[in-house]
Amino acid sequence: MTMTLTINGKKRTLTIDPGEKLLDVLRREGYMGVKKGCGAGDCGACAVLFNGRAVNSCLVFAAKAEGAEILTIEGLATGEVLHPVQEAFLQEGAVQCGYCTPGMVMATIDLLSRNPDPSEPEIREALSGNLCRCTGYVKQVNAVQRAAEWMKGGETRG
Amino acid sequence: MADRPKRFVTVGKNLRKVDGTALITGKPEFVADLQLPNTLHVKILGSPYAHARITSIDVRDAEAMPGVVCVLTHLNTPATRHTTAGQGYPEPSPYDTRMFENKVRFVGDRVAAVAAESEAIAEAALKVIRVDYEELPAVLAIDEARVDGAPVIHDEADSTGIYDAGRNIVADVDIDVGDVAAGFAESDEIVEMTCETQYAQHTPIETHVVLSYLDSANRLVLRTSTQVPFHVRRIVAQTLDIPMQQIRVIKPRIGGGFGTKQEILLEDIVGLITLRTGQPALISLSRQEEFAASRTRHPMRVRVKLGANSDGRLNAIEMEATSNTGAYGSHGLTVLANTGSKTLPLYNKAPHAHFYGQAIYTNLPVGGAYRGYGATQGYYPLEMAMDELAVRLNMDPIDLRTLNHIRVGETSPIFEKLGEGREGVSQTVKSCELPRCIEIGAERIGWAKKRGKRLKIGPWVHGVGMSIMMQGSGIPEIDMAAATIKMNEDGSFNLLIGATDLGTGSDTILAQIAAEVLGVPLTKMLVTSSDTDYTPFDVGAYASSTTYVSGMAVQKAAEQVRDQIRAVAAPLLKAEAERLELRDDAVHDPSGDQVSLARVCQRAMYETDQFQIGATASCVPTESPPPFLANFAEVAVNTETGKVKVVHYVAAVDCGVAINPHMAEGQMEGAIVNGIGYALTEEMILSSKGRVRNPSFFDYKIPGMLDVPPMDIILVESYEPTGPMGAKSVGEIGINGPIPTIANAIYDAVGVRLTETPFTPERVLNAMKAVSG
Repeated sequence: MTMTLTINGKKRTLTIDPGEKLLDVLRREGYMGVKKGCGAGDCGACAVLFNGRAVNSCLVFAAKAEGAEILTIEGLATGEVLHPVQEAFLQEGAVQCGYCTPGMVMATIDLLSRNPDPSEPEIREALSGNLCRCTGYVKQVNAVQRAAEWMKGGETRG
Repeated sequence: MADRPKRFVTVGKNLRKVDGTALITGKPEFVADLQLPNTLHVKILGSPYAHARITSIDVRDAEAMPGVVCVLTHLNTPATRHTTAGQGYPEPSPYDTRMFENKVRFVGDRVAAVAAESEAIAEAALKVIRVDYEELPAVLAIDEARVDGAPVIHDEADSTGIYDAGRNIVADVDIDVGDVAAGFAESDEIVEMTCETQYAQHTPIETHVVLSYLDSANRLVLRTSTQVPFHVRRIVAQTLDIPMQQIRVIKPRIGGGFGTKQEILLEDIVGLITLRTGQPALISLSRQEEFAASRTRHPMRVRVKLGANSDGRLNAIEMEATSNTGAYGSHGLTVLANTGSKTLPLYNKAPHAHFYGQAIYTNLPVGGAYRGYGATQGYYPLEMAMDELAVRLNMDPIDLRTLNHIRVGETSPIFEKLGEGREGVSQTVKSCELPRCIEIGAERIGWAKKRGKRLKIGPWVHGVGMSIMMQGSGIPEIDMAAATIKMNEDGSFNLLIGATDLGTGSDTILAQIAAEVLGVPLTKMLVTSSDTDYTPFDVGAYASSTTYVSGMAVQKAAEQVRDQIRAVAAPLLKAEAERLELRDDAVHDPSGDQVSLARVCQRAMYETDQFQIGATASCVPTESPPPFLANFAEVAVNTETGKVKVVHYVAAVDCGVAINPHMAEGQMEGAIVNGIGYALTEEMILSSKGRVRNPSFFDYKIPGMLDVPPMDIILVESYEPTGPMGAKSVGEIGINGPIPTIANAIYDAVGVRLTETPFTPERVLNAMKAVSG
C-alpha cells in the first residue's frame, strides 16, 4: 500500500506493507537516527515525534502515520545549528554511546513543548520510558534543565 | 605528586566528545545504519533443549523456500575448536566451542543459521528446519555439576584447555600466602560468610550486531559492534580457517558493551555466509535472543572467612569461589582468578591469605566478561564480612577498613601470585587517595549522625552502609596498545588508534592526551579508531585498560612527534630543540619567538630534509595501578513489604587525574546504576529446563530514570606517576559497589545479612522473619 506523510518537514509518499511498524519504515527510508533497542516498546530508543508527541515507533503501525507529521532526530538541527536540546546534551556530557540519545532527545522535546519549566521529578517521569545503560541519568537530567533554561530565554543555542 | 605539570591545558577539561555531534544529530554511525544492496538477513535457530545430541537435521525445505540463500549447520561448516572469548593470544579460555555442533549445551545454543532476502523469510525458514534431538540429562545447578555420575557437558575429545572435562570443571585456581590455618588459630575473632549472585546481563541498548561484505579485492569486511576488533580478526580467521589477511574488521560507533561485546559471538556466521554467497549479510539479535543466547555475568557462590585480632588487625583472609560458566568456558578461568586477584590485595595487612575456587560447566546460559569481571562477585561477601567483623569487634566499619587497607608505597603478595589466570606481576602502589575518599564519602552521607540510628518513617527504616574497593588499570605484561600520530601541513594531526570506544569516550580522552603533549586544541586532533586495516594494534576495551594502557601509547607517540617538531623548528627559531615548547598551535623558544606548527610541517613536507612528521608508539604496561573507591549508601527498608529503596548513594573515587571529568563521572554514574540494578532488581529467571523466562526489558528490570537515587560522584584526584598525564582507569570499579554497600546499609537498618542477590522484597522479608523468628 502507499501512504503519504510528512517526515522532518518533507512530504513523502511511501510504499509499505500493512503490517510494518513505523520504526522499520523510517529506517528503511534512511532515518537511521531512529534506533531499535527492544522492538517491544520497553526502551524508548526508537522514539519519534508523531504530530508533536513522542511515541515508540516500534509500536506504531506505519499505516497509522497516514497524513501525520513525523519528526526524527535528523530533523532537529538547522544546518550546522543544533536544537537547544541537542546542544544541552553535548554540553552537559549526557551522551555516552549515543544509542539511546535520539529517543531521549525526542522525548525531551515533547516534554518541553508541554511543560517549558519542568521540575526534576517531572523530567524523570517524562523520560522514564527511555532506558540508558551507559549513564546514571544524572547528566541527562542536567541537560534537560539546561535546555529548558535556554528555550525559556528564547535562545536557539547555548 | 612528583612530575605533575603545574597546569594542564587540555587534560582535566570537560571537552565535548569528538563524536558528539554525529551522535546527537543521528548520523548513520552504528553497524546496522549502513545499508548495502542485496544484503542478506541472518537468523539463528536456537536449541529448545538444555542438553541434547542432534541425531538428524534436514534443511531441504528451508533451502527450497523462495528468498533463502544459504543455510548453515554443523554439516557444512568448519569444525575448528576455538573460544568465543576475545582475549589476548593464546587465550586463557578453553577451546571448547565450534561454529555449530551435533551437540547442544544450553537452551538457545546454535543449531543452524539461515540467510535470506528478508528477516521475515529467514524466520519462516527456521520453522521448517527439521531437527531430531536425543535429549540428554542436563546439569541445571552448580551443585549438580561435580557429583559422581553427573552428565558430562564437554565429552568431546577435541576440546582443549579444560581443567577436568569429565567432572565439568573448566578451571581451578589455588594460591596461598602464608598459612591461613595458623592465621585463624591466632585470631581473636572469626567471621565467615557465603554469598550467591544471580544470572544477570549487560543489556547494552544496542544488541550484538554484525554486517559483513566483500570489498573490491574480495576481502571479507566485518563491520561489527565489538570491544575487540583485533581479536575478532584473529579468532574469525582461526574459526573459518582462512588467512587473517583476508579479513578487515571495522568497529564503527557502538551502542554500549560492558563486556558482552568482548566476545566473538556472531562474526563467524555472517562472515562465512558472505564468503559463501558473495553478498553482504547482517545479523542483529533481537532483545529476546540477546537475553537467551548472548553472554551473562558468571553467577557465583563465594565464601569468605576473616580472622582478626581484637584490635581489628586482620590475620587471615580465605576466599573460596565457585563460578558457573554455563555451557561454554568463555572467560571462565580469568573471571574466577580476578575474584581473588582484584579483591584480596586491598587488605594487604593480613599476613595469611588463601584463594581457591573452580569454574564449572552447567547446561545454562553462558558466562562472559562483564564489567567488574569477578571482582563484583568477590567484593560482596568480602565487604559484608568486613562489616560483620566490625560489628563483632564493636568498631566503626570505617576504622576497620582504615586499619587494614593498602596504602601508597605498599604491596601485596597477591599481585605476584595471582594474575590473568596465571601468575601475576609484582607491583607497589604509587597512588592511593582511599583515605580521603573514605573521609569525603563519610561526610557526604552523614555517616556519624546516621549510622545505627534506625530512623523510622512509617514502615520505612533507614540505615547506612559503606564499602571500599580497588580494581586495576589493564593487564600488566599482557595487554598491548599502539597509537600512530601523523602531522598534516595545516598543523592538524591524525590520531590513529586501535583502542575501542564503545561509548566510553575513549576517542576523546585519547585525543585530549595527544593534544596536551602537542600544544594544540582538541579540534586539531582527527581521530580514527578501531579499523584493523588502518589503525595499529590494540587488545581492545576490557580490563579497565584503555585510559591507562592505550593512553600511555598515545602519550608516547605524541612525545615522539613533539620531539620531531622541535627538531624541525630549531633551525627556524635558531634555538636548541630541547628548549622549545609546544603550545597554542606553535613552537616557542625561551626568548619569546615562535613559529606555527603549520609552518613547521610545511618545512618538513616541502622544503628541507623532507620527511613525514609522525610516530607509532606502543605500551605494554608493567603494572596495573588500581583505582580506589569508597562507597556509602543510605537505604530505607520497608518492614511491611521488604522493599529496599536507596535514598542516597555516595561514591568517592580515586582514578588518578581525570582526563575528562564529565566522562570519568559518567563511567562511575553508569556503573553504579548498573550495580544498583544488579543489587535490587535484575535477575535472569531460569525455568526448570534451563530456559530464560524473562527475556525482555519488561520482565528483566534495569533501572530507568525513576529508579535511581540521588547520587554524589566525587573524583578525588591523585597523580599516578606511571599513567598518562597521571591517570588511572575507571571503567569497571563502580559496579562493584552497590551490592555490598546496600547490603551493609540494610543490616544497619533492620539487622539482617542478605546473602543472595538481588535483594528482592521477598528475600528481605524472609531474612527479617528468620531473624525475628
